[in-house]
Amino acid sequence: MKKVKYLLLRRVTQIGLLVLYFGANAYGWQILKGTFGSSLLFGTIPLADPYTTLQVLATGFVLGTDVLLGAAIITLFYFVIGGRAFCSWVCPINMVTDLANWLRRVLRLDKEEVNYRFLKRSARYWIMVLGLIVSAVVGVAAFEVLSPITIMQRGIIFGFGAGISVIIAIFLFDLFGVKNGWCGHLCPLGAAYSLIGSKSLIRVKHDHEACTNCMECKVVCPENQVLWMVNKESVSVTDGECTNCGRCIDVCGDNALGFSIRTMAKKQKEAAA
Amino acid sequence: MANGSDSNRRKFMATTLQSIGLTALGGFLWSGYSDEAKASPLVLRPPGALPEENFLKACIKCGLCSEACVNRESNIDKETGEQRPGTLKMAKGGDHKLIGTPFFTPRDVPCYMCDDIPCVSACPSGALNEASVTNDKGELDINKAQMGLAVVHKESCIAYWGLQCDACYRACPLIDEALTLDYQKNDRTGKHAFLLPVVHSDVCTGCGLCEKACVTEKAAIFVLPREYAMGRAGDHYVKGWDIQDQQRVGQRKMNEIETHDKRSSEAPVDYLNREIEY
Repeated sequence: MKKVKYLLLRRVTQIGLLVLYFGANAYGWQILKGTFGSSLLFGTIPLADPYTTLQVLATGFVLGTDVLLGAAIITLFYFVIGGRAFCSWVCPINMVTDLANWLRRVLRLDKEEVNYRFLKRSARYWIMVLGLIVSAVVGVAAFEVLSPITIMQRGIIFGFGAGISVIIAIFLFDLFGVKNGWCGHLCPLGAAYSLIGSKSLIRVKHDHEACTNCMECKVVCPENQVLWMVNKESVSVTDGECTNCGRCIDVCGDNALGFSIRTMAKKQKEAAA
Repeated sequence: MANGSDSNRRKFMATTLQSIGLTALGGFLWSGYSDEAKASPLVLRPPGALPEENFLKACIKCGLCSEACVNRESNIDKETGEQRPGTLKMAKGGDHKLIGTPFFTPRDVPCYMCDDIPCVSACPSGALNEASVTNDKGELDINKAQMGLAVVHKESCIAYWGLQCDACYRACPLIDEALTLDYQKNDRTGKHAFLLPVVHSDVCTGCGLCEKACVTEKAAIFVLPREYAMGRAGDHYVKGWDIQDQQRVGQRKMNEIETHDKRSSEAPVDYLNREIEY
């Protein structure tokens, strides 16, 4: 059971949220309605995606206070607590890319990530900035025009139409194209959450003493550059690109990895030293 | 050593240049695609929507308007107790409208013009502007909505053939204001009347109940976005019988209104006699 604890918890969260959103449209539930772009929690608390909000602001439109407040709430939550947890605990595309990644391992397509010259993991930050520029130039939230995240979410709530092809494209790209291609290289939303969540409290902590260097964690990790400390030293994963998915904790047979709170981890380190 | 740093610098410059170039390429492709994607002129937006250009900037594509529309209390069929499909749909891939934006297709489901306008109240971004559907007393007033304008295609409208049909007229929520019947004599029979539907653009909200009600195979009265359904006479035409319109130009000096070109420097008789072409 330990092997899939966080995986199951994540799927329950992801699917649970989609069920709530779906029910809001189909049955008029008031718990969580709208889409990630902008939502309403319990019919009163506004929530909004920070990057989407920035894109709309980039077009020059002065947004309503509901969206601005909502974006502030979401930003604060991931900044203080969640880190980049949106990507692995909320985003529905995560299920698509996780499936592609799993199939990649099962089909033994490749083990190592190829380092493409112009498709590095930093590309997403450029795309994030470019998205804001294009939004300003064209006068429309540019990433929202093609975002597979909201296309998938709206697809589930309102029906997919031809939008399903975008989801299939992402799946094929991650399976046969670039390993961790979408979430790890291209997605500007993930880039925004990496920046927002880089100082968050919840962090994966590595225990060098317990580690047997099996490297299982690095195999499953979709952002395994953040696990540089494995078999090197006992520190927390502080890189904002860690999605807090907990998959490394699941697969670790040595209890060398676990969630911790950032400040506590610091104190522990001081105590050890 | 010097050679090494030189080639490093060259490599760095080349990589930088290529990165900038590829970013520019991406930017152009992305801009081009986005610009094409938002070009969907014949789309009807919810009540209170900002002018299309601004609406596309403002809409955050959350779907709250569409959810408020389908889940409103008045959408429960009183006979069956079941929920009817909502008016507002969220554009999907293949709809050929900017993906994720709300629109409606009156022939399928028209706008029923709810008094409390739940879609506008639900909009968090301001893309649906409450002020534009608020009257002088500060109350929501759906009659102020300008979603589109109904247009009659005379040749397929059977009322223009002389058949008695007033389905659109009866369906209009602003009957005798937005849609009136013009009674005319039918010269073909000599003893019947035409009952011709006429739309008044200053009142019509574009709800599309007429289009939904139209009995012809493809609706002979249909709603178009206002900017496509309306012409514009221009400032230089003045309604001399309309005091307000007259005042619009009343303060202007004669030489501002008169056209001056080469031809006007001569008397008309002179240049006509000389057969000069200007």
